Amino acid sequence: MISKTPLEELPAIARQIRIDILTMLTHAGSGHTGGSLSAVEILTVLYFVKMRHDPSNPQWPERDRFVLSKGHAAPALYTVLARCGYFNPEELMSLRKMGSILQGHPDMNTTPGVEISTGSLGQGLSIANGMALGLKLDKSSSRVYVLLGDGEVQEGQVWEAAMSAAHYKIDNLCALLDFNGLQIDGPVREIMNIEPLPDKWSAFGWDVCQVNGHDPIAILDALHRAEKVKGKPSLIICETVKGKGISFFENKVEYHGVSPTDKELEEALKELCG
Amino acid sequence: MRVKAEGSKETVKFLGTRNVYGEVLAALGDTYPQIVVLNADLSGSTQTELFHKKFPHRFFNMGIAEQDMIGTAAGLATVGKLPFVSTFAIFAAGKPWEQIRQSIANPGLNVKIVSTHGGITVGEDGASHQCLEDIGLMRIIPHMVVIVPADGIETRKVMSAIVEYKGPVYVRLSRIKFPVIFDEGYDFKISKGAVVRAGTDVTIVATGLMVSHSLTAAELLEEEGIAAQVINISTIKPIDQELIINASRTTGAVVTAEEHSIIGGLGSAVAEVLSEHSPTPMRRIGIKDQSGTSGSPAELLERYQLNPQHIITAVKEVLQQK
Repeated sequence: MISKTPLEELPAIARQIRIDILTMLTHAGSGHTGGSLSAVEILTVLYFVKMRHDPSNPQWPERDRFVLSKGHAAPALYTVLARCGYFNPEELMSLRKMGSILQGHPDMNTTPGVEISTGSLGQGLSIANGMALGLKLDKSSSRVYVLLGDGEVQEGQVWEAAMSAAHYKIDNLCALLDFNGLQIDGPVREIMNIEPLPDKWSAFGWDVCQVNGHDPIAILDALHRAEKVKGKPSLIICETVKGKGISFFENKVEYHGVSPTDKELEEALKELCG
Repeated sequence: MRVKAEGSKETVKFLGTRNVYGEVLAALGDTYPQIVVLNADLSGSTQTELFHKKFPHRFFNMGIAEQDMIGTAAGLATVGKLPFVSTFAIFAAGKPWEQIRQSIANPGLNVKIVSTHGGITVGEDGASHQCLEDIGLMRIIPHMVVIVPADGIETRKVMSAIVEYKGPVYVRLSRIKFPVIFDEGYDFKISKGAVVRAGTDVTIVATGLMVSHSLTAAELLEEEGIAAQVINISTIKPIDQELIINASRTTGAVVTAEEHSIIGGLGSAVAEVLSEHSPTPMRRIGIKDQSGTSGSPAELLERYQLNPQHIITAVKEVLQQK
């Protein structure tokens, strides 16, 4: 099992992950920059501190599961998996290339550590529910985590799954929502308003809390708290900034599905390393 | 194997494919503790209530939410469960089609989707509930095995086979009871068709209820001096190419018969095989690019030209092309 990383090391890991994400996306020439950068702290806290998992044994039955329902943030997941030791970080530069173990969206059969294929939005919460129900049947103590996008919750299936999780009292499941406020066509509230999120999820029978999604300690506290909630599923709404960490990407809707240019990468690395 | 044709002197026994499914599933639950069953508010109609009664903790009623049901089944499969998912064919193959493609078939997960109420013989519920497209919808998805049993006996054999098969499977069952064709000695293998009646003049390739209708048609054709071979293709994908090609070479004329659109189903699958490997004059019996309508199953089979008489007409047409 991976040993827990001291909290003070997380900012440096998050910085390295941002460097990796930007470099691999630039190399790939396409991909989703903004929503990968907004999820960095969430994934870092999960994989480096909170989750029980073993990169040397990806199929370890007692591991916690993670579902990247917002599959377009694959670069963030791949980078975290590589930096945890699931595969050589050199592989990151093969992102989106023919024959790569790193497909454009997550593929459970090609990437060590990816639990389920995703990419078509709205499906991950149902899958996470299924994992959690199965683990409960086996009386396993493993927990299931799932990361949703904010635009993603416009999908009706998310609300079907929200009902199911509460109905079946799936308390070994914790959903995190990357609330960066932007989707491809513009601000979420302008494209199709999803708010008020806490009220909606509470009304569906969930335990809901809201944290700064770039504050590792706040995320970790919320995850610990969620683990103590019994009889209902938990949602952590993570307030994030799309493109977080690079001044000229932050809160820019244009960088949802676009990779950095060489020049942008150079500037971005200066900001991160400077 | 013993074959009884509908209309023969022997008394024809009827069995519901969905009834057999419910009984067999509940029985398999003992042998396979990893089986879990998911249903979308149709546990009575799909007969999965039998499993529910026996194994309440391994049964999940997902409410009227088929997309969530498919996703949940996918998740259960990733942790080693063997999910059987059941609802009406249109809500099993139609409504959550993209969820099946993305979350089950692309990753190749071991989920069995067993639908009931396939085809036009759903009857009085009408067009919304008569699924005439599911074979095509499922056949086009990579990794998906597609099976339509011809009777209750075959349904039982199919269940024993798919529970041992690793990977996604779609099975189509029906609302109405089918005449029993096979006896217990019948040996079902995934992707293997079966000659259920010998004949040298023409081959009728059928699936589901239409196997029984084709046997009746063949008996009547015999009285007119036409020897029709009847083949049961229960596994529509992967289809038994060898059997179909050999039959077409022997008889030189093929009629397909299915309770499904003539677009995308068995007729299309047979045409794909024959046009590439053994071009043969063909006719397709099926729903001719139409929506369904309310009526009794018998009325609908007549209206959509799925009765033995229509098969006979098609046989005579195709024989003129030989």
